[in-house]
Amino acid sequence: MHKSFSLLALAALLACHPAYAGPAEDKGLAIAKEASSRDSGWGDSSANLAMLLKNKQGEQSRRDMRAKTLEMPADGDKSLMIFDTPADVKGTALLSFSHKTADDEQWLYLPALKRVKRIASDNKAGPFMGSEFAYEDITSQEVEKYTYKWLRDEKLGSQDVFVFERFPVDASSGYTRQVVWMDKSAYRIQKIDYYDRKQALLKTLTFKDYKAYGKFWRASDMAMTNHQTGKSTQLVWKAYTFGAGLSARDFDQNALARAR
Amino acid sequence: MRLPILVAAALLGNATAVHAAGWSGRIGLEHQHFWNDPQYAGQYSDYASAFIEPKYNAEWDNAKQQFNFSGFARLDPRDENRQHADIRELEYLLIGDRYELRAGIRKVFWGVTEAQHLVDVINQSDLVENPDGETKLGQPMLNLALIHGSGTLDFFVMPSFRERTFPGTAGRPRTRLVVDEDQASYEADKKNRHVDAAVRWSMSAKGFDVGLSYFYGTGRNPRLLPRLVAPGVTVLVPRYDLLHQFGVDATYVDGPVLWKLEAVAREALGTRYYASSAGFEYTVSGVFDSVADIGLLSEYLYDSRGRVATRTDITPSEFTAPPSHLQNDLLLGMRLGFNDVQSSQILVGVIPDLDGRGLTYSIEAERRLGETWKVNLEWRGYAGSIPANDVLYATRNDDYLKLWLSWYF
Repeated sequence: MHKSFSLLALAALLACHPAYAGPAEDKGLAIAKEASSRDSGWGDSSANLAMLLKNKQGEQSRRDMRAKTLEMPADGDKSLMIFDTPADVKGTALLSFSHKTADDEQWLYLPALKRVKRIASDNKAGPFMGSEFAYEDITSQEVEKYTYKWLRDEKLGSQDVFVFERFPVDASSGYTRQVVWMDKSAYRIQKIDYYDRKQALLKTLTFKDYKAYGKFWRASDMAMTNHQTGKSTQLVWKAYTFGAGLSARDFDQNALARAR
Repeated sequence: MRLPILVAAALLGNATAVHAAGWSGRIGLEHQHFWNDPQYAGQYSDYASAFIEPKYNAEWDNAKQQFNFSGFARLDPRDENRQHADIRELEYLLIGDRYELRAGIRKVFWGVTEAQHLVDVINQSDLVENPDGETKLGQPMLNLALIHGSGTLDFFVMPSFRERTFPGTAGRPRTRLVVDEDQASYEADKKNRHVDAAVRWSMSAKGFDVGLSYFYGTGRNPRLLPRLVAPGVTVLVPRYDLLHQFGVDATYVDGPVLWKLEAVAREALGTRYYASSAGFEYTVSGVFDSVADIGLLSEYLYDSRGRVATRTDITPSEFTAPPSHLQNDLLLGMRLGFNDVQSSQILVGVIPDLDGRGLTYSIEAERRLGETWKVNLEWRGYAGSIPANDVLYATRNDDYLKLWLSWYF
C-alpha cells in the first residue's frame, strides 16, 4: 500500500515535470523509430533525379543530377550529388555528411576552379538549387533531428495513415513544425505540411509512386508546393540501384573532386 | 587483328559501364571597357574577344578509370598575346581503394582564402586571361594519392614547366615596360625541363579541413627584370628562380562561420620570407525575409617582407622574390546569393592597404539566362593614392568593366 502510494506520487510528479513526454509524444517517437528501422540496412543507393521547377506563371526550369547515398552505421547518411544540368553547373558536386546530433557537414566542388569548398552549416533552410526544396528537406532525415507528437489516425485517400507532428531540434531550421502523414501498412511518408517560423503553412510535400526495392520503399515522384509563393518543384527519381558496393571511399573529398 | 582489341578491352575494363561520356563546354563573347585613357602607347580603351572551352569526359570500369580533356582558346584582335590556346586538362585517372593515380596535364587547386591564394603553387597562371592570376595553364604531372580514412597524402612529379603568359604591347592592364616572354631565363640548369616536385597531406575531421604542403622546383611566379635590348628600348624579362615553399591551409566550420587560414614559408635565392592570409566568412541565411544568403568576408593579408614587397625600386639584393601588393592589407567583402532559379550572385570586395597606400576593389556578378546562357560581370579598379614606387602604380588608371556572355553546351 505504502509502496504503490509512493509510486503513484512519483508518477504524478513526473507527469508535472516539463521534460516528461506524454503518451502522444511517445507514440510519435515510436512511429518515427519504426519507420527508421524499416528503412535500415539498404547499405548504399544511387539514383538519377530530374527536378522541375515551376513558378506562378507556369514557366518551367529543369535540373538533372545524380545522387549516391551511403548508410553509415551509427550516424546519418553520407551523400554525393553531382549536377548535370543546367549546363553551366555541370560537374558541380555536393558532398554531405549528415550527423544525428552534431551539425551536418557539406563541401561543394566548383569544377571551373577545381576547388573543394567547405560550406557553413547554417544554411539548411536555404533553397536547394533555387527550388522549393530546402537543404534540410533533402538531407537524410534522422530520428534524432526532431521531437515528435502523434496527432491522430485517419484515412488519406484509400490508405490508413498516422498523422504526427515533428519539431526540428536545430534552431537554424526554417520550420517551427511539420505535420507528417505516414501510411500504417509500410510506414512510408505520404505527405508533409511545413510550417514556417511565423507558424504559417508554407509548403506541402506529396510522395507518389512508391516502388519496392527488395524490402525498401522509395517514392519515384515528390511534389513540393509553396502555398505562399505559388511556386512548385517536382522531383522525379529514376534508376534506383541498391547495394552497388559503395564505400566511404566513394564519399570522400577525393571522390568529390573527381565527380564528373 | 583480334589481339589489339582484346588488349584494349582488358585495359579499358568494363567498357559497357561507360557513363556520362561526351562533350560539353562553353563558347563566349567578352567585352572589356576601361574608364580612363590608356597610359602607354599601343593600348586601347575597349577590347572585344571570343573564347571557346571544349571538354570531353569519359568514365569506365565501374568508375575506376576516367579520362578528361579540357581545352581553351581565345580570339583577341587587339592584344596578340591574349589570343592564345591551351590544353587545360588531358588526364587519366585510375581509382583504387587506398590510392588514386592521376597522370597527364591537369589543374590542381590548393587553398581556402579569397583575396589571394598563397598555398596554390602547382599550376602556372594564364595571366593574360585575368590579371588576378586565377586562370591557370594546364600542368603536366604524375600525381599519386595515398588515402587512409579521411587523410590523403598526395605526391606530385612535374617534369615540365609552363611559362607565364603576359599581355602584349596592346594589352591592358600591363606593366609600363612590355614583358618579352621569349627571353625568359631560369635559375635551374635544366630550365623548363627541371623536374619539380610537391607533396601535400590533407585531412578532414569534425569541422576541420587541414592541408600541409611542400613544393620544391621552379617557382611559378617570376621576377621581372628590366633589360636594355636596343638603344632606348627596355623590356622586362621573366626570371624563374628555384623555390622551396612550405604551406599550411586550414578551415574550421562553426555553424554560420567558416574560419580560414593560409600561411606559407618561401625560400628562394638564399632568402626566406613568410606570408599569410587569415579570416572568416559569416553567412546569414534568409535575409530581408527572402531566401537570399549574405556572406560577410574578411581576411588579413600579411607579408613578412613588409613595405619592400610592394616596391618596384628596391635594390637588386633585396629583389629576391616577386613583389606582392598584399603585405599589410585587409579584405572586406560581401557575397550575396539570391538562391533564385537563375542562380544569381554578387561578390563585392575592397582591399585597403593598411599603410594608407590606396585600395583595390572588385565587383563580380553572374546570372543564368534561360537554361544554357550565362552573363558575367567583373568590375575592378584602384582608388586612393598609390605611390610611384608601388607595384600597383603602373596599372592605377586601368579600372575596367568586363562583361561576358557564355553559351554552355
